[in-house]
Amino acid sequence: MSDQSYLALDGLTLGYGDTVAVEKLDLTIGKGELVALLGPSGCGKTTTMRAIAGLLAPSAGTIRLDGADITRVAANRRQVGLVFQSYALFPHLTVFDNVGFGLRLKGLKGAALRDKVEAGLTSVGLAAYAGRKPPELSGGQQQRVALARSMVMEPKVLLLDEPLSNLDARLRLDMRTELQRVQAQTGVTMIFVTHDQAEALSLADRIVVMRGGRIEQIGTPEEIYNRPVSRFVADFVGFENIFSIRDGRLWLGDAAVPLSASLPAAAGLAFRPRTVALGAGPLSGVVRGVSFAGSTREYVLDTSFGTIRADADASLPVHPPGTTVAFDLPIGQAACLKAD
Amino acid sequence: MSLRFPAALVLSLVILFLIGPFLIIVAASFSAGDTLAFPPQGFSLKWIAKVFTVESFRQSFVTSMILAIGGTLVALALGVPAAYAMSRYRLPFAETVRTIVSAPVIVPGIIVGLALLRYVVVPMGMPITLALFLAHTALVLPYAVRVVSASLANLRSDIEEAAILLGSSRLGAFFDIVLPNIRGGILAAFILGFVTSFNQVPVSLFLSGPGVRTLPVDMLGYMEIVFDPSVAALSSLLAFLSMGIVLAAERFLGFSRYV
Repeated sequence: MSDQSYLALDGLTLGYGDTVAVEKLDLTIGKGELVALLGPSGCGKTTTMRAIAGLLAPSAGTIRLDGADITRVAANRRQVGLVFQSYALFPHLTVFDNVGFGLRLKGLKGAALRDKVEAGLTSVGLAAYAGRKPPELSGGQQQRVALARSMVMEPKVLLLDEPLSNLDARLRLDMRTELQRVQAQTGVTMIFVTHDQAEALSLADRIVVMRGGRIEQIGTPEEIYNRPVSRFVADFVGFENIFSIRDGRLWLGDAAVPLSASLPAAAGLAFRPRTVALGAGPLSGVVRGVSFAGSTREYVLDTSFGTIRADADASLPVHPPGTTVAFDLPIGQAACLKAD
Repeated sequence: MSLRFPAALVLSLVILFLIGPFLIIVAASFSAGDTLAFPPQGFSLKWIAKVFTVESFRQSFVTSMILAIGGTLVALALGVPAAYAMSRYRLPFAETVRTIVSAPVIVPGIIVGLALLRYVVVPMGMPITLALFLAHTALVLPYAVRVVSASLANLRSDIEEAAILLGSSRLGAFFDIVLPNIRGGILAAFILGFVTSFNQVPVSLFLSGPGVRTLPVDMLGYMEIVFDPSVAALSSLLAFLSMGIVLAAERFLGFSRYV
């Protein structure tokens, strides 16, 4: 076992009945890494997470953790923690008993139990809430209890299902900091599932983009954000103008783009709205709509080859709807797609 | 909220219709006369006192209590796991099972009683006490399954998974996590089952033998021979007992949430 393959999924195939949710997935995760499984609903990310937790038996493939094959190990012996999206706190037990639940099953009692539970609650800032019942807590507090409940068990891997999606904007920032602090302090390997690219980009060391039960791309947040390999990933991380390259020309759907520039050897090119150079260039379009977005104005242009989205600095003069604007697609600033 | 006159009149008539007979019975129990009559002749507590001296009432009360408590407990022991299985797993014949389990509520009691007597008790030579116990268990089972199912439907299933990931076994998660959270539903099912069984007449009528009678059947038999107000007195006592149980349940559990 090496630290680079602390958790290894090998040819993992998962399904319910006849439907295959995840097909032949290979993924290795290093010890202490913080990895995001990113994708739209139905991409297999939650299914993969449930298989790692042992809540779902794979139909093929193996899962290895810390040097041992855990494919057939029961969920209650895997030493894998899971913070559910709904938090799944036990409503009839106090915060103290929720956090102490797993420790009691391990045989801890008395002062040893109290010390561990209190340390766990203190680390999430909820020591004063030990006697409360979960329904008396806010969503953010419930999530901290759920986090403490998993962390006091000292799991080898901590899984988190959509950890930020139920929180409002301010709590989101708090929780993000909290998760990074927990990870830095304990060095636990963390995998979280999300459909929100901003969440994945801001929190993860490495992102696994999934689509239709397969891995589309694995990379650091910078790689995923700047160098998506496929149309799907590009679209997912905000490249709103995606072209394919065929016969040495640039195509938007079935319409050829009248641009005479030398194209790179790639399957496609993707431009973020802000890389589209508005105001001058060989191409032109009619402004269909413009909206103010603080530091920029977001334009929607109708061109002879389709719709283009472009952002311009808000300090520049506005192009009102109906006017014709010249623009350029600077090939050098585009992301090159290996697959369409 | 003020009701207009015709609505208030209809409401009063319905209430009178519903509780009128009960009021008559209660009034008749305090009669000083020797026959069951309304309006009561005079006032005395002698018929209330007499209820406790009739030996067969004492015996059949014990029989009814054993059937109601025992039958309901057995029905819960069968019904809780059944409701759990139907709510948590996709079972191939869940709908069929649900229908069969509900059948005793839909099929008239008199048919259930006759069928049990004709096709189970007589040909199999089953002791009448056992038959009575099984019949009451079957009659209560639908309530156990229905009420507990409703309770389970309100409980998230991921808390069991959370318990398992913290080291609990499946069975442990059921006892430590599921059961405490459906306690109210189970108690509600118990009370509903108890009252249903205790007040049951048609099925018990067919399954009464020498020396084995439930209290309502015994009261029916008593009335055929003696027509004094003691039956009214006993009815009043039973009605107040039922009311007491239901009110206590409502007070401590919020019973009406489950039924």
